[in-house]
Amino acid sequence: MNSLAVAGLLLVLLGLSYQTGWSRSRALATTSGQKVHSRPQYHGAYTAIWTMIPALLVLLLWAWFGGQITHNYIVGQIPLETLQSLDQTGLNATIGRIQAIASGFGVAGEVAPYEQAAGEHLRWFQMLTSAGVLLVAALCGGAALLYARKRITARLRARNAVERVINIGLLLCSAVAILTTLGIVASLLTEAIRFFTFIHPLDFFFGTVWAPNNAPAAGNYGRYGLLPLLAGTLMITAIAMLVAVPLGLMAAIYLSQYAPRRLRAVAKPLIEVLAGIPTIVFGFFALVTVGPFLRDFGRLVGLNINATSALTAGIVMGIMIIPFVSSLSDDILNQVPRTLRDGSYGLGATQSETIRKVLLPAALPGIVGAFLLAVSRAIGETMIVVLAAGNAPVLRGNPFEPVATITVSIVNQLTGDTDFSGPQSLVGFALGLTLFVITLCLNIFALYIVRRFREQYE
Amino acid sequence: MATTLTTAPREISQQRTRLVRSGLRRRHRNEAIFRGLGIGAIVLALGFVALLFVDVTRKGIPAFVQSNLHLEVFFDPAIIDVGPAPLATAFASPAEYQAADLRWRRELALLNWNRILEAALLAKLPPGTEITSRELLSIPETNARHQLREMFVADPALLGRTVPVDVLASANADNWIKGNINRSLGDAQQQLSPAARSVIDAFEANGTVTNGFAWSLFTNADSRAAPASAGLLGAFVGSLYMMLIVIVLAVPIGVAAAIYLEEFAPKSRLTDFIEVNINNLAAVPSIVFGLLGAAVFINYMHLPISAPLVGGLVLTLMTLPTIIIATRGALLGVSPALRQAALGMGASKTQMVFHHVLPVTLPSILTATILGVAHALGETAPLLLIGMKAFVAQVPATPLDQATALPVQIYLWQGNENRNFFEPRTAAAIMVLLGVMIVLNGTAIYLRSRLEKRV
Repeated sequence: MNSLAVAGLLLVLLGLSYQTGWSRSRALATTSGQKVHSRPQYHGAYTAIWTMIPALLVLLLWAWFGGQITHNYIVGQIPLETLQSLDQTGLNATIGRIQAIASGFGVAGEVAPYEQAAGEHLRWFQMLTSAGVLLVAALCGGAALLYARKRITARLRARNAVERVINIGLLLCSAVAILTTLGIVASLLTEAIRFFTFIHPLDFFFGTVWAPNNAPAAGNYGRYGLLPLLAGTLMITAIAMLVAVPLGLMAAIYLSQYAPRRLRAVAKPLIEVLAGIPTIVFGFFALVTVGPFLRDFGRLVGLNINATSALTAGIVMGIMIIPFVSSLSDDILNQVPRTLRDGSYGLGATQSETIRKVLLPAALPGIVGAFLLAVSRAIGETMIVVLAAGNAPVLRGNPFEPVATITVSIVNQLTGDTDFSGPQSLVGFALGLTLFVITLCLNIFALYIVRRFREQYE
Repeated sequence: MATTLTTAPREISQQRTRLVRSGLRRRHRNEAIFRGLGIGAIVLALGFVALLFVDVTRKGIPAFVQSNLHLEVFFDPAIIDVGPAPLATAFASPAEYQAADLRWRRELALLNWNRILEAALLAKLPPGTEITSRELLSIPETNARHQLREMFVADPALLGRTVPVDVLASANADNWIKGNINRSLGDAQQQLSPAARSVIDAFEANGTVTNGFAWSLFTNADSRAAPASAGLLGAFVGSLYMMLIVIVLAVPIGVAAAIYLEEFAPKSRLTDFIEVNINNLAAVPSIVFGLLGAAVFINYMHLPISAPLVGGLVLTLMTLPTIIIATRGALLGVSPALRQAALGMGASKTQMVFHHVLPVTLPSILTATILGVAHALGETAPLLLIGMKAFVAQVPATPLDQATALPVQIYLWQGNENRNFFEPRTAAAIMVLLGVMIVLNGTAIYLRSRLEKRV
């Protein structure tokens, strides 16, 4: 249906109804001499709501069922014997051709007479139905408009009604978050369960070989063992944490305890720049600069380091996480009460002793929580590992060798492929589910620790 | 006896002082080391920021310069032997005109535009230069002939005239001119033949080749056949559409959700559940949102694959929690006095929120929105899963057309086998992306410092 016509109709209805309610209310205020409960704009909005809802409902119903009705009409236009000779794909192709004829763009190749006729009928059908639907929507809206106009009296609590609608709208907006979660869980679960009809869950979760066969022949789907990917993910995460935790923590300690005000004002935002850099940029940097540097460095000291390896990806990912660790640690260090610090100074401890022996132990649970949040971020990170980890799903413990992670395998198995019929693409959802569950547990645990710690001093 | 009594404590206290002194020295050394470690950490982190920017800039700058060939092209009637362009008025119906126009264009497409290009190239060389046409045609970019055809289609009056035309040098020629290729390598390792290389040198000597700013990087879409003319416009427009969708959807929904949770929500199971959900969503890895998009929007709803619409929806869902959390923080910061004053004047709760509280928090909401959008702009992983990795050579006209996005374009370019050419271009694309990010973040910081003072 012509979206311009729909938008036009809705706009006209909106303007008309608001204006009607508004002017009716004004007239009421001037003629009746009564005190009108609500101001004119609320009456306008009240009428507009009454008008728009039925009109929108009609349009929505057509959007929902119209496609099916049109489809049935087209199928009805195809002669019976032709219809019986077509399989599903052939039918879809024929319907596509008829729609193309109806749209006036024409089709390639010979046009069968029945196609031509069906196309012309379809054009009429489409014109009639869209005009009909628009008319029905306008009529419903108009009727509702008249009803609402009649209801406007001095005592009508239009404002309360409008505010109730606003409240419902606000509630619906916050329900989007629930819908998103539901969508994530439902899509991950249903597709993962379909995957497990091909591959046994035990083989997936405890398999040690990752060798998906992307062109399965005769039921040979390849092997989908999660463990090599999990090991790769954990190795890179561990390296990233080895980089990010000391650097982030020390940076936070220095900035919050030692740094002069002006240095802090400059250095803090500069470190946060790291957090704003897209991960693809880090990935590129790891691939073309850090990786080759590490390889050459390894050659210099006699180590065999691959340019794309767990080490490269881990180091760069660790640097990416520094601002995350440092800003969280900074918050938590600042929450330790002054009295603890002053007490330590009063006993003659130096600043570093105070930090190491008083501040850090007091802040430890919070800092651990921050680290767990950082870990979950590292586990879910994708672009750096896609570019710099080398994608070698083999179970091994050498960080100088390429590895593969869960996220890399999701990208590899699902990129641009939406034919969710075989395990080779469905496995992406099983991997996604695993990732989702791991990060969710880590996050919940971390938030629990952080919260619990915060309450201690409040 | 008396002397020993007085000396012993003195000795003990001296000993103690010595002990404390030596301990103090150690402790002060530890203090300095600890401090040094802190400075070291900051220097390392900042050094990495600097290194990244310097490295990307160093790698990317060459891509902003591109070699052009200034040619005098003669639109030779002997080669362009087609009839005159059909005129709209000369035909009875638009359909006939269109058919005639198509016929005319097809004839033009079948012409040997390479010969015209070749003649123009030869005209710039001393007569009698030995070079095959194949070698000669490896110097201009492969789309140069399309460029000439487009010029002629736009203005058929060019027939028989000689006009100055700038065409891009091909990627290989460009690299040779810029000196990215080691000129002393043997013929076997060179992309261009010896004759072509000497012709390029001759062109350089007589001023036919000049280096200019690579506007094509900003005015063209991606291209495979003509890599030297590949640009970012398509990806940029794709990103722009997605940002628009994120702004149009995520901001109102996010702000409304935050208002509901912070101002209206009764303490119930449902609202608790919503809160927990939002906090969890903020921590879900971005690639999981890509899975959601692939399963729900593409597989279930059959929205077009590779379209900015789907990308925008996925990024919207991803950005929503950020905006909700930031807006709630902003609403929480509004002083209760403002609310009570509004309520005291007889405003309803809704009026209090929309007329008084919300306007005060607008700067913070705006800042959070810009930061959220900037984050969404740099996101790559979810877009790969909904097919935005496809090669697209056109600038998308609507959000429903196939498109790619800036970070995905970077991903595609870095993965191109033509690395020796593409590396500067990839780095240049990164510079553009980082530039946009810096502008967005800078705007957010500026707005925060500027607007929040007034409240």
